[in-house]
Amino acid sequence: MNFWFDPVNFIAHWLNSLLVGWGMAEWLAALIIQLVGVVVLISLMMVFDVFLVWVERKVVARFQDRLGPNRVGPFGIFQPFADIIKLIIKEDITPDGADKVVYNLAPILSLMSVLLLWAIVPLAPVIFGVDLNVGALYIVAAGSIGTLSIIMAAWSSNNKYALIGAFRQVAVLISFEIPMIATMLIPTILAGSMGMNEIVRGQQTVWYVVLAPLAALTFLIAAIAELGRSPFDLNEAESEIVAGFHIEYTGMKFGLFYAGELLHAFTFGGFWAVLFLGGYHFFGLENLGPLVAVVILFAKAMFGYWVIMWIRYTVMRMRIDHMLAFNWKFLTPVAFVVLMLTALMNTLLRNTSSVVYIAGMLLTNVLLCWIIVEILRGFSRAERERTEGVASATVAAHH
Amino acid sequence: MQNDWFYIGLFLVIGLLIPVSALLASWIVSPKKPNPIKQSTYECGMETVGENWVQFKAQYYIFALVFLVFDVETVFLFPWAVSLGSLSLFAVIEGIVFVLILLAGLVYAWRKGMLEWV
Repeated sequence: MNFWFDPVNFIAHWLNSLLVGWGMAEWLAALIIQLVGVVVLISLMMVFDVFLVWVERKVVARFQDRLGPNRVGPFGIFQPFADIIKLIIKEDITPDGADKVVYNLAPILSLMSVLLLWAIVPLAPVIFGVDLNVGALYIVAAGSIGTLSIIMAAWSSNNKYALIGAFRQVAVLISFEIPMIATMLIPTILAGSMGMNEIVRGQQTVWYVVLAPLAALTFLIAAIAELGRSPFDLNEAESEIVAGFHIEYTGMKFGLFYAGELLHAFTFGGFWAVLFLGGYHFFGLENLGPLVAVVILFAKAMFGYWVIMWIRYTVMRMRIDHMLAFNWKFLTPVAFVVLMLTALMNTLLRNTSSVVYIAGMLLTNVLLCWIIVEILRGFSRAERERTEGVASATVAAHH
Repeated sequence: MQNDWFYIGLFLVIGLLIPVSALLASWIVSPKKPNPIKQSTYECGMETVGENWVQFKAQYYIFALVFLVFDVETVFLFPWAVSLGSLSLFAVIEGIVFVLILLAGLVYAWRKGMLEWV
């Protein structure tokens, strides 16, 4: 075992021999090594979170045809550090009538729920936090702590706008969990296990986005809604209810909410990469070493994050009843139909050659997509006829 | 100590410590000058009108109920999905019928107007 091919075990072994050589008990040395691993992983994610603030601001600026921060260091790269310093030295104003315990706990829980998710992400074939065999279920469970923290923040703020914003946001969050879980079942079916490591190993020959593109798209849409980002950002809604559930938060508490939201977006970009885009696989390049695999995974996660940002800065915010109708009347039926079809095709094509399997799955998805588009066209034609009369609808249909 | 969930427990503890330390740094450094106007509830700069705890719309309860049904359904679907590779066609069709029954429930709720935001 050398450092390049197995860094985590190498360092763990070295630390273990060091600590036991100093006369420490075996179990204490193992505990300290695990603690060091956890602290390193979380600290790396927090530092990366700071970098993500810079990426977000530069990208939103470019989408809006301006430059973004470029004064504080080369290309404005020290801007997030300036932001952190500013937020730390701001006064912490607690509104009177606020429930102090819950009010202070909410931003902590919001960031903690995101950090918990990084325990199961397989960064490389040998670098991961823990190889849980219920990874998919764990993602949903840990994400629900974030949902809880939104209601905690709003209820304890003693502010009616925070409450209204949080009610709407939580209604959206729980609604969009259903298509997210249903489409997360599809890589589970294709890999035969809920564990993230198994799912990535199952994508060695072909990525799951080729086998189930409709599922990948539905997961992305449901994940964007879960993040509370545009076009589903009822909780922020900057021009409607000022700032939603975090109206009454100042200083670093607001900073924790904001940083948590960006890291959450990057985490779900990462999960989209792990579940559908092949994780750290890239045509055999990941065999060069675990650090190369980590870079590949982060590049794919950045691509997912880029798509999420792109959608955010292009599409306008949806109204709450449109959002909920979109979920319950379109996304949930589509997610379950894709699940049923994938399960059926997987069973029917299970023992055929891999080319037939891939072609069969892809064809099923394309066919389903076409059927859905035809149904939607039928609905929109009926709507056009209803509002403009039959003649204009038939003329439009002949273009 | 080699238990997976112990590692998750450590993650929980450290994940709680990091935001707490950020808030602690802020508490040490920031000024503390409370004043009744600063601490009053925010309502776009005016005095607040009406109760602060607004009435809870009953429609949220309906959505939560529908969510609950589908959430329990997906929990039941997880073991079916994990073992799908070794199931016979009959078992797969059985799982599909289960999903179809629940989708029929969704269509029923839709037609009854329970998914409207009134």
